[in-house]
Amino acid sequence: MNAPNSFRNQPDERGHFGQFGGRYVAETLMPLILELDREYRAAKQDPAFAAEFDDLLEHYVGRPSPLYYAPRLTEALREGAPAGKGAQIWFKRDELNHTGAHKINNCVGQILLAIRMGKTRIIAETGAGQHGVATATVAARFGLPCVIYMGARDVERQSPNVFRMKLLGAQVIPVESGARTLKDAMNEALRDWVANVHDTFYIIGTAAGPHPYPELVRDFQSVIGREAREQMLKRTGRLPDVLVAAIGGGSNAIGLFHPFLDDAEVKMLGVEAAGHGLDLQHAASLAGGAPGVLHGNKTYLLQDEDGQIAEAHSISAGLDYPGIGPEHAWLRDVGRVEYTSVTDVEALDAFQLLCRTEGIIPALEPAHAIAAVAKLAPTMDRDAIILANLCGRGDKDIFTVAEALGAQL
Amino acid sequence: MTRISTAFAKPHPALVCFVTAGDGPTAAILDVLVAGGADVIELGMPFTDPMADGPAIQAANLRSLGAGTTTADIFALATGFRARHPATPLVLMGYANPMVRRGAEWFAAHCAAAGVDGVICVDIPPEEDDALGPALRAKGIAPIRLATPTSDAARLPTILDGSAGFVYYVSVAGITGKQQAAQGSIDEAVARLKAATDLPVAVGFGVRTPEQAAAIARVADGVVVGSAIVELVGEHGDSAPGKVREYVSALANAVHSARKVPA
Repeated sequence: MNAPNSFRNQPDERGHFGQFGGRYVAETLMPLILELDREYRAAKQDPAFAAEFDDLLEHYVGRPSPLYYAPRLTEALREGAPAGKGAQIWFKRDELNHTGAHKINNCVGQILLAIRMGKTRIIAETGAGQHGVATATVAARFGLPCVIYMGARDVERQSPNVFRMKLLGAQVIPVESGARTLKDAMNEALRDWVANVHDTFYIIGTAAGPHPYPELVRDFQSVIGREAREQMLKRTGRLPDVLVAAIGGGSNAIGLFHPFLDDAEVKMLGVEAAGHGLDLQHAASLAGGAPGVLHGNKTYLLQDEDGQIAEAHSISAGLDYPGIGPEHAWLRDVGRVEYTSVTDVEALDAFQLLCRTEGIIPALEPAHAIAAVAKLAPTMDRDAIILANLCGRGDKDIFTVAEALGAQL
Repeated sequence: MTRISTAFAKPHPALVCFVTAGDGPTAAILDVLVAGGADVIELGMPFTDPMADGPAIQAANLRSLGAGTTTADIFALATGFRARHPATPLVLMGYANPMVRRGAEWFAAHCAAAGVDGVICVDIPPEEDDALGPALRAKGIAPIRLATPTSDAARLPTILDGSAGFVYYVSVAGITGKQQAAQGSIDEAVARLKAATDLPVAVGFGVRTPEQAAAIARVADGVVVGSAIVELVGEHGDSAPGKVREYVSALANAVHSARKVPA
């Protein structure tokens, strides 16, 4: 395939990233999806929209988030590396945002769109609960009623976030269908939306779903990469050699990657969740899936030969989804971004490594990115720079980790 | 004339009955739908993630997949149906992914070989027609589109362009089997659709009783009943065919006589 002139001008006007993306929704939703597209185009041209978004990110979310050099993790990974090897490790600290993850960036943007469209009710799906908390947060901030759909299994394993959402005034509806995780929560949110299109805005949490969601979520999350690019140039005078980010749907990764896509010297590594292992149950759609249509877009999906969707598994509820955002599917196929995967066990090890070396408790999602960094850094020269997205903090995961490590709380 | 247009050319409104493939004794249920008076059959293709369906059809999808239903099984059901009922139109209804998994051409060819007359794909709107529509048309299979309460005058031409068979008017903005639309809104929507297309217009979502079906049949070319039949299958399992036949007969009597002037 010939390399395009730019990797940053996707999707096309129909929402296609190559063969991926699109608008595969029920007819009832189509007029609303088209209206959202029109409103988003108008908002993008409106300086007042950008000004309000930027103001909220600065004063409410706490941006810019720091760019942090991790000296002790860098040193720890140099032990055992060949002579002269062991890249510098830097983190984009999006776990320091209000609500503790990158999810809030997107929620601020989408609720401004909802208000612009005159919608008066907010719904969202959530896996780990970070997007649910971020959605409940912005709904409270703007005084809109909010319903969060969450798989019943995730409600059990992420109870602190469930309580947070309730404190923020949201109604949390446990979804009992299917495997009772993120995919099922998304089905139920779509059922709500189709019945309430007249007044409801669906804040989708990742860079997936029908066009224009993958594009607008990416745009709102691209603040991560824009800041990181500027900060890195200012601090080191150059761009990083490799970007690393965990991928469930892929919003933190696309947010970091997108502003760097046309910097040919910057390599990128997306890290999927290999769960119990790629030959067992996992959530690595690129590694173990095939192209298909689900939840409004065409992308790589874990599925059987008849197109029935498989149940994903990851210790990280935020990565526990059998699909991936369509732009990642495209970036994989055109070869611009490399993708790998990390198991539950490797992520748990990396989680503990970061706690002990840097005094940072990461969420289990970025723990997957850190595990990939731990494998990559010892293969790279000492003056090389790896920039990983620390997209969430781990307070919500301490119960899951305690259980996995056999600790009694 | 196709089997679908012939069915809608009968001197009475058409009863369109939906059942999920592989949930209960499907072949026997299809037979009683025809015997009970159904004019068009919609055979639902089960999917793991039926996001436009309410609890009844969700449960039917899970029962069917739990029983091991495959795409090959569905085409075998269709092939058997066509051999037993040469004249009754058979439409496959479901979601995109199982239809496009092996390629749209593969699916269309198997539909044609099995005697399927039309396909309703819930999550392929006209904007994504390329994913399935051209392959179906090339094999003479009707892509049947959905119109909804949110389909305004500006949207209708987009929906109707490339539609064939009949237009399925989803009378409720919502999921299957929940509530029924106000009859007034159905009358208005059907009139709007009939003014915009020569295709027959069938109305569904939330239709349960013979009285509701008859009220719709007074204005529409067809009435679609799905969740209520699927619930009978769920409740009665292997002994469902008798119950389904009784229920469908009552619906058919109501629908077929809806426009007769009372004596």
